[in-house]
Amino acid sequence: MTTKLMGEPVARVEDDRLVTGKGRYADDIMPGALEMAVLRSPHAHARIRSIDVDAVLDVPGVHAVYTYDDLEGPMAEPLPLLIPHPALTHGRTQYALAKDEVNYVGEAIAVVVADNRYLAEDAVGRIEVEYDFLPPVVGIDAARAAENLVHEDVPGNVAAVMEQSFGDAEAAIASAPHRLSLDLTVERSACMPMEGRGTVARWDEDLNRMSVWTSTQTSTGVRAAVATKLGLDLGQVDVVTPDVGGGFGVKIVHPWPEELLVPMAAKALRRPVKFTEDRREHFISSAHERGQQQHIEVGFDDEGRVLGMSVKFWHDNGAYTPYGLIVPIITSTQLLGPYKLPNYRVSFESLYTNTVIVTPYRGAGRPQGVYAMERTMDAIAAELGMDRTEVRENNFIQPEDFPYAHGELTFQDGRPLVYDSGNYPEMMRKARALVDWPAFEKFRDEARKEGRKVGIGIACYVEGTGVGPYEGGHVHIETSGKVKVSTGLTTQGQGHQTAFAQIVADELGVRFEDVEVVTGDTRRSPYSVGTFASRAAVMSGSAIALAARNARAKALRLAADALEADVDDLEIVDGIVRVKGAPDSQIALGTLAVLSNPLRYAFDEASRAATQFAVGDPSKPPVAEDDEPGLEGKDYYSPPRSTFASGIHAVIVETDPETAEIRILKYAVVHDCGTLINPRIVEGQVHGGVAQGVGGALYERMAYDETGQLQNASFMDFLMPYVTEVPETIDIDHLETPSPLNPLGIKGAGEAGVIPSAAVFAAAIEDAEGFPITAMPISPSELYALRLTHSTTSHERTAS
Amino acid sequence: MKPAAFTYQRPTTLTQALAAYAAAPEAKVLAGGQSLIPLMSMRLTSVPELIDINGIEELSHIHVERGQGVRFGAIVRHAQLHGHAEAREVQPLLHAALSHVAHATIRNRGTTVGSIVHADASGEMPMVLSLLGGTLTVASVEGRREITAEELFIGPLETSLQAGEIAVEAFVPALPARHGVAFDEIARRHGDYALCGVGAIVGLDPDGAIEHVRAGYVSVSETPAVVDLTGCFPDGRLTEQGLKDAADLALTHLEPEADIHATTEYRAQLARTLTTRVVAAAHTDAGARANAEVTA
Repeated sequence: MTTKLMGEPVARVEDDRLVTGKGRYADDIMPGALEMAVLRSPHAHARIRSIDVDAVLDVPGVHAVYTYDDLEGPMAEPLPLLIPHPALTHGRTQYALAKDEVNYVGEAIAVVVADNRYLAEDAVGRIEVEYDFLPPVVGIDAARAAENLVHEDVPGNVAAVMEQSFGDAEAAIASAPHRLSLDLTVERSACMPMEGRGTVARWDEDLNRMSVWTSTQTSTGVRAAVATKLGLDLGQVDVVTPDVGGGFGVKIVHPWPEELLVPMAAKALRRPVKFTEDRREHFISSAHERGQQQHIEVGFDDEGRVLGMSVKFWHDNGAYTPYGLIVPIITSTQLLGPYKLPNYRVSFESLYTNTVIVTPYRGAGRPQGVYAMERTMDAIAAELGMDRTEVRENNFIQPEDFPYAHGELTFQDGRPLVYDSGNYPEMMRKARALVDWPAFEKFRDEARKEGRKVGIGIACYVEGTGVGPYEGGHVHIETSGKVKVSTGLTTQGQGHQTAFAQIVADELGVRFEDVEVVTGDTRRSPYSVGTFASRAAVMSGSAIALAARNARAKALRLAADALEADVDDLEIVDGIVRVKGAPDSQIALGTLAVLSNPLRYAFDEASRAATQFAVGDPSKPPVAEDDEPGLEGKDYYSPPRSTFASGIHAVIVETDPETAEIRILKYAVVHDCGTLINPRIVEGQVHGGVAQGVGGALYERMAYDETGQLQNASFMDFLMPYVTEVPETIDIDHLETPSPLNPLGIKGAGEAGVIPSAAVFAAAIEDAEGFPITAMPISPSELYALRLTHSTTSHERTAS
Repeated sequence: MKPAAFTYQRPTTLTQALAAYAAAPEAKVLAGGQSLIPLMSMRLTSVPELIDINGIEELSHIHVERGQGVRFGAIVRHAQLHGHAEAREVQPLLHAALSHVAHATIRNRGTTVGSIVHADASGEMPMVLSLLGGTLTVASVEGRREITAEELFIGPLETSLQAGEIAVEAFVPALPARHGVAFDEIARRHGDYALCGVGAIVGLDPDGAIEHVRAGYVSVSETPAVVDLTGCFPDGRLTEQGLKDAADLALTHLEPEADIHATTEYRAQLARTLTTRVVAAAHTDAGARANAEVTA
């Protein structure tokens, strides 16, 4: 009997290749291609008076230089605004190459194509640009003050104002027995995948075809953009994702200017062209996220139950809005977490600044929303002198409340915000046990007696995952019995080959080793959306399962004919269809694949069986009217709405009384992503997410100065944590509350690990120090400054 | 991040290297390249010519002379010196400080002499040379000369090396009897440049009383700072008051500056805290060594 693989910690089959340097990334494709380098704006805000490229043309090895004036047709139009929204009244996108004005340091102004990147960079250095300086708008305070404007036709620097509500939050707060208000801030960070952006293109002049390999989270999206912008038919353009060295959100944005300029140059020069982003470029020209200011008003009763909550926040969207309002909409809606609020109002302003664009970064607005809500829960507990976990429990949506609708709020997919399933009280019970919450107070008191400062934090989140519109799966059984699977969304190292093969092996009854998965290739899957919002397992996993079921149904039908048995009496084990209880009566899937494809020509011994003089009823067409040749199944999965994963993180920290260094003593995660396909992969996602969350909470920030120069645009000063900075162990407990929305009960798991970090670290440090932590991330230097501020008014809080 | 074109030579003898350098005053000497290569790749510096000294066998020595000190050549890697048991025995501060120099991968390539002549006051090894009163030997076609640490570091990233001079060897004296050392630093991440680092050397008299105390500082001054703290321990005993006075005295010699990672006040606090911790640790080390010397 084939062992069931769903839920098993199968080792990732892709790792051997990836960790031994055999991965094949965009930069590895076509080693002889010409290379592109980009002249980027050194100024945050300026009008371009003139660009002089004359000195470039003399450089040996230079093939072309392009500025805005060289762009034609759709290429000369602004880049697409990918996700329009009625509230985005002043959406703006940049040009592939700056036209007249630059709005952030790093904005592309010109590109040079040369024999190699060295020469291309030499040539870029010779381009002369004259600027008229404009005053830069840096930071949310400056954007709100609007003394200067990023775009002169956008009053107040406001790209969008959006409000959602249910009930009457203001009235509920006004009449509540207790009221609090909080002001919180979160700073910018960014994805920082190991591999930056990269694109290679080859134009085949004879066949009129464009082939593009690009490091993206959406090959179909890039394909549509390249076709549209270069005036090609969709059918002339193939986009393939090679191995992608991490995405974390930044590569869902498309098309990046280079993703259009590279194919444009390849077509014009009739030579393959490549662009490989370097790390400094990634810092100053790829996307950032997180920066928000938040003001919260909350009213609650004696048990800490929230009666009304009103949130206003200001979201820094950078210089342009190609990805619409997705990030602040997610903050607005996911802020509610696992809690049942009777009255809620949220409004935000999305503001322009002269900085790099802001688009989703793992978590995508949720870390900020969870931070707002969880800090509010902590503040309520402190105000009432209650246990922090009890206040949360008193507000939880209960298991019997599902499906649970948050009023008439609309989620990021344009669908109602309705939670499908969950069990938050059970999750809290597990979290309290995992971190030994009841024992902490004693530990803290004893540590204090020794002059040590320790604190504990806890934070809950709910994550809408697996957003639509759809994904597809294609399962093809070859005559060898091997199974080739394709799905259109892309892979950035998540382990899709492994997880999807587990699904197919189970659904079809074949060996795991016989299943090969291809992702992100528009030649195989022209209809697809992309990898984001923790959706791959939910969307493609479901689609592949449905496709495998279709293939299985056809295999059983063919086998029933061949074995003269009833379909219901058949089973498939290790790629063999057999009659239950009669092991001698069997036929291999590979043989069925042969029989499924009526042949005129035999090419080997096995295929003779399918030739025209060997099989078939001469009175009927070889392929029945309602049938197709081949043994394959395909299907699409399109969910009615998102499925909602959830979790609780807890952390114990120790802060040095003298140096204010922050040390992690324990990190615990309880996680519910519905049915687990592969717990090892899920735990890997949690580990990576927690590590990234530690970075976001304690180390990373985008240090812009007031002129809009990013002062830490390298890994020397942008403090991504090393393995030495992340917890040595992360205690994980799983809860499996299946989703009723998809065939496997799956919920997404990709982003969860990073979501509650700012909240949980702020809570733990606050607990250790005894004064409020309202700005994240926090460094030892900042913690020391807070200690000095609070030293005159210090009083130790005893609430836990 | 690709450097502009440059010419490159890889001499195999010091004589060849010095001749090449004399002929090309604009050239830069390449040893471990852990600072120079990134600067070139980011085009923050333009180097028309590189003279790579990694092939010069005669610069690869580590000579340990008991009771005298440790001499190490210009292409000795941090990792080699760090792992050299005899060098560690003769001058334990070398090992203690090298443990904090960046990461293993950088220590495998970067050279200690290169780090010294890079003269970054955020580097551990310039300070170690200063604290221990070591010297640097430089050579040119004119001959060799020895420069004391005090004369060597004349400004931020600036040394008293003359045109055509290549640093060939550094020397640090052995730890005298009844002396102890300690080193500690605080960085944002393991292996990063220190926000503040402190090394200390404490000498005891035969009765165990403090005879002298010196501390060296990383990242809180423009050039490596060494402060004599002996006067803070007037009766020869290590007291809390003495340590506090030492921290206060040290600060009067330091110029901590703010950057994106730390405020001036925070760096000062680290200098204070580390002074008390490291001087105390060096004192303990001195006591332990004195005891071991007596029983041996």
